[in-house]
Amino acid sequence: MAVEIKMPALSPTMTEGRLSKWLIKAGDSVRSGDVIAEIETDKATMEVEAVEEGIVGEITVAEGSEGVAVGAVIARLLEEGETALPEEEDAVAQSSTLAPSEQVLPADLAMVEADATPGSVLPLPPDPDWNGATKTQTVREALRDAMAEEMRNDDRVFVMGEEVAEYQGAYKVSQGLLEEFSDKRVIDTPITEHGFAGLGVGAAFGELLPVIEFMTFNFSMQAIDQIINSAAKTLYMSGGQMGCPIVFRGPNGAASRVAAQHSQCYASWYAHCPGLKVVSPWSAADAKGLLKSAIRDPNPVIFLENEVMYGQSFDVPEHEDWVVPIGKAKVVRPGSDVTITAFSIMVGKALEAAEQLAAEGIESEVIDLRTIRPLDTEMIVESVKKTSRLISCEEGFPYAGIGSELAVQMMEQAFDYLDAPVMRVTGKDVPMPYAANLEKLALPQADDIVAAGRQACYRT
Amino acid sequence: MADKKYTVRKRGRPPKSVINDKPSREILEQLYEQMILIRRFEEKAGQLYGMGHIGGFCHLYIGQEAVVVGMQSMAEEGDSVVTSYRDHGHMLACGMESRGVMAELTGRKDGYSRGKGGSMHMFSREKNFYGGHGIVAAQVPIGAGLAFAHKYKGDGGVNMAYLGDGAANQGQVYETFNMSALWKLPIIFVIENNQYGMGTSVSRASAGLDLADRGKAYGIPGLQVDGMDVLAVRAAAREALDYCRSGKGPYILEMKTYRYRGHSMSDPAKYRTRDEVDAMRKQHDPIEQLRDLLLREGVDEAGLKQIDKKVKGVVMDAADFALASPEPELDELFTDILIA
Repeated sequence: MAVEIKMPALSPTMTEGRLSKWLIKAGDSVRSGDVIAEIETDKATMEVEAVEEGIVGEITVAEGSEGVAVGAVIARLLEEGETALPEEEDAVAQSSTLAPSEQVLPADLAMVEADATPGSVLPLPPDPDWNGATKTQTVREALRDAMAEEMRNDDRVFVMGEEVAEYQGAYKVSQGLLEEFSDKRVIDTPITEHGFAGLGVGAAFGELLPVIEFMTFNFSMQAIDQIINSAAKTLYMSGGQMGCPIVFRGPNGAASRVAAQHSQCYASWYAHCPGLKVVSPWSAADAKGLLKSAIRDPNPVIFLENEVMYGQSFDVPEHEDWVVPIGKAKVVRPGSDVTITAFSIMVGKALEAAEQLAAEGIESEVIDLRTIRPLDTEMIVESVKKTSRLISCEEGFPYAGIGSELAVQMMEQAFDYLDAPVMRVTGKDVPMPYAANLEKLALPQADDIVAAGRQACYRT
Repeated sequence: MADKKYTVRKRGRPPKSVINDKPSREILEQLYEQMILIRRFEEKAGQLYGMGHIGGFCHLYIGQEAVVVGMQSMAEEGDSVVTSYRDHGHMLACGMESRGVMAELTGRKDGYSRGKGGSMHMFSREKNFYGGHGIVAAQVPIGAGLAFAHKYKGDGGVNMAYLGDGAANQGQVYETFNMSALWKLPIIFVIENNQYGMGTSVSRASAGLDLADRGKAYGIPGLQVDGMDVLAVRAAAREALDYCRSGKGPYILEMKTYRYRGHSMSDPAKYRTRDEVDAMRKQHDPIEQLRDLLLREGVDEAGLKQIDKKVKGVVMDAADFALASPEPELDELFTDILIA
């Protein structure tokens, strides 16, 4: 029986990749540890090593194949004594949801790696803010362009964080910046969140415009004293003398299978504190326009991205200076029966839910909050006046979450318009589990929003 | 014997400038005036606190005056300063107005932060004084950020980040040592070792008592300095400033000093003996030492009295001003949260 070599997953969120190069051919003998192929994700090319010994019987996925699913058989090794292969199989067509093959392991798989999901281009309603030409870009590229444009505009802007320069960003968000702007303005730090967050605050006091990247916002807890006590409060404590124009940015919330310490949403944490602005975009156009606004903002801005979204493509306006104002939400789907608010990755799930609800005759108005603080309550209230129902979606914990805030805001500002209690669709009130089935259960899904939609409209 | 604890060992290269720094009589008088100003100011602050005009935490600098006065006397225009919450002396030494500082202590609208910062949180961009920080050691990476900005802008400035012996055990200090040395940032870490972090003596809190050595692993030179001798402080400041300004990176100065009062106004200071404090005052008081020098240099008592009188007037005026200034307007509650 031949040993199957399967397409490996090279990051927690990778589902497929490009087989860019074979370094072996049929008939070669392979020993464990030999590099046999190169696989390209949308952020890196990685080498794959053989784990078992044998003679290469056949290559089942040709060099240059795109979109090879994780788990698909890409080659077969002959076992001792075997001389020919059993019947042919079309391995490329064979897609598997199984874990990556044990036969191959990536040669150098860092613990934190970018997703390789090219992602589908989501069908988007036309952007009311833009009627001009657009280009398709991933969220990752849009964020990079935003930083590059602002760095060209103002030489006080610099980017600092772990692996932002030579490595090109742990998630490749800062790709190419080092080359264009040199190591004076694109600075790799030691692993020292508390220290470089504080250093960034000092640089902002010193009239520079720092963009501080956290490899994930989970690590910002190491630095939260500097963010809250130094960045957010100093303007007030100085009677208005000491502004702190700084952006703290990086992926927030759950990625995939990285468990409790790497999967938390910090929207509610940072939104709690006066003195900070908190932004969390979903689309690439908003990611670009809002990051540019954040860099120009004279206040400290927490910019919450999402790892799973980095590879998603959207239409981005072709405009030399596309800026989206902080503090403005956006109706991404108009509707009359129920208002659904969401931010970041949950917007996609809310739109998915809205489709399903529409099939059942419930028209949802989906609002992308985009900014968590200051919250565009005016837009939400206007929508609730029309629909009389509100469902708040977020990936974070329910307790004292953004949904809790929205519920109170609606009681204060739209009580007479409500025909149903405000509902929350949130992550479960548990640390994020590792097991795939439990993780899925812990995260809010489109189906949960659909169920809430039915309940809000009394269609149970 | 307090003296033993206070011993200062010279390490590394003794500052060459120790020999060369012979300040003129005029400079000596200025140093004296500044130290006297801080002491009288702090005594007045303590008095106003006792009368209920100053609230909250109030950390007095009495005893440590030579450190900041000596350091700042060597600084140049454009150098930046950041410190912790025992900050009144630093503000005065940076040239901030005693009126504005005192009015902030009383929580009035004419205070540096319009009454919204208080004793621990005052700032002056104009004087390059960046606080006034209430979280122990948080000012240290902020100082490195200011040093980063000096280097980035190429303005030739050096940051002086003051911290206490207690702060010297915080993790972020070592994160900052590492980055500052790695990137050769122009920053002097001025560790004001006043022997106690609140009520805990250095010997009970710090493994390895020589805080000047704390940068050794990062290749940061350190010097232990008699922080009760303003001329020794000046010599060390010269050495460290020259080093930083020439682009060689950070420098640590451990100032052996002593605070006469409690950690804050509410600290009865039961962790040390009256004798210990008295011995320091009698044998090492920075102002008395300089006063003796001035007299030896030929300044007469009348001349010193003149300075004392002038300072007393400044402090009285500051107190009157701070008590006469109105409380902030109520709508001040909601200003300065975000820049529009």
